Amino acid sequence: MAENIITVSDDTFDEEVTAASMPVLVDFWAEWCGPCKIVAPVLEEIADDKEGRLKVAKLNVDDNPRTAQRFGVMSIPTLLLFKDGEPASRIVGARSKNQILSEFEPHIA
Amino acid sequence: MEAVTTRDVVILGSGPAGLTAAVYTARANLRPLVVEGEPSSTSDQPGGQLMLTTEVENYPGFPTGVQGPQLMTDMREQAERFGAEIVTKKASRVDLSRSPIAIWVDDRDGGEPDVTTRSLIVATGARSLMLNLPNEARLLGRGVSTCATCDGFFFKDRRIAVVGGGDSALEEALFLTKFGESVTIIHRRKELRASKIMQDRAFKNEKIAFVWDSVVTDVLGDDRVNGVALRDVVTGNESVLAVDGLFVAIGHEPNTGLFRGQLEMDELGYLKAGPGTATAVAGVFACGDVQDHVYRQAVTAAGSGCMAAIDAERYLASLGET
Repeated sequence: MAENIITVSDDTFDEEVTAASMPVLVDFWAEWCGPCKIVAPVLEEIADDKEGRLKVAKLNVDDNPRTAQRFGVMSIPTLLLFKDGEPASRIVGARSKNQILSEFEPHIA
Repeated sequence: MEAVTTRDVVILGSGPAGLTAAVYTARANLRPLVVEGEPSSTSDQPGGQLMLTTEVENYPGFPTGVQGPQLMTDMREQAERFGAEIVTKKASRVDLSRSPIAIWVDDRDGGEPDVTTRSLIVATGARSLMLNLPNEARLLGRGVSTCATCDGFFFKDRRIAVVGGGDSALEEALFLTKFGESVTIIHRRKELRASKIMQDRAFKNEKIAFVWDSVVTDVLGDDRVNGVALRDVVTGNESVLAVDGLFVAIGHEPNTGLFRGQLEMDELGYLKAGPGTATAVAGVFACGDVQDHVYRQAVTAAGSGCMAAIDAERYLASLGET
């Protein structure tokens, strides 16, 4: 995994995501999900491109069902963009880098 | 991806057909460029339909089966090992009337082409059809799923509906019985078109129930799915089936929009090819599900990918430029 991507869990979610000062893109994923694997390198690119302006985090739904349930995630990958502790935008399913950025960019300073 | 020089071979698509064509053309020293597609959660994505499957039991050489995504990762690695160049982009326009053939990517459709090539192997595959109901799109990710293998996990002890009557529908239904309390297969006829072995497995499974002669007319629920509206196509009766999840497996359509007006298609939009994999345009070859709605297997796609590679190689040799 790229060094710019952090791993979050049920226990660290609030500290790392909802309390963050910067917008956070959270990738809800799991090992068995083919499209999650395809979108992973795209998120690494985004993390590198937006370093200092956007935090990118991965949450494994298999190990952390509470957080997935808390945000109503029922499909993976789901990409949730958090701003000021609240979900500001949501993408269900894998997308290209351009499609992800055009959806999320308005929320990233 | 450099447009400076004209390529010998460009391959559009990276399912079993595209990657097999890549292995063969790479081994023939043609340095193929594979435009593999863009991430999505439909089968129109790098790796193709097998990326949304689990166990593949009928690909020769794997006596205990192989995971679909793993098979595709391995094919990709094999193509790269022989020098295939793979870019994670989707072709947005092709001009087959030009010589060399011109290709644009990344939503571009004008200006200088991103790549030009002497031969083109079309392996863009097919994607799953959806019901095309307004509430189906609204509830995507809220109980409506395009990927059973991705999302079955979220339906532990829930009630699930699967729409369709072919092998894909039964495969999804059987897979989903690992999670759901019940799986109801909704089919518009009163017999399945799935293979005998899949039918036997489905009929034997205690968690699977059938609703025959029925179509889904609406997906119900505010912020998550709580049911589907059904219409019996024989009696016209309307009813509601309470479910928490909806998976659709009603068939496929070919990814041929790019070639409309340029390549010959049948009435369903599949490309016409033959003899071999040749299309009516010199230097353009078609393989895999984009030109096959009869067999539609990983192994037949791979086989026709190999044929397209050999056909392209012979075509290039006939030009005397390689």
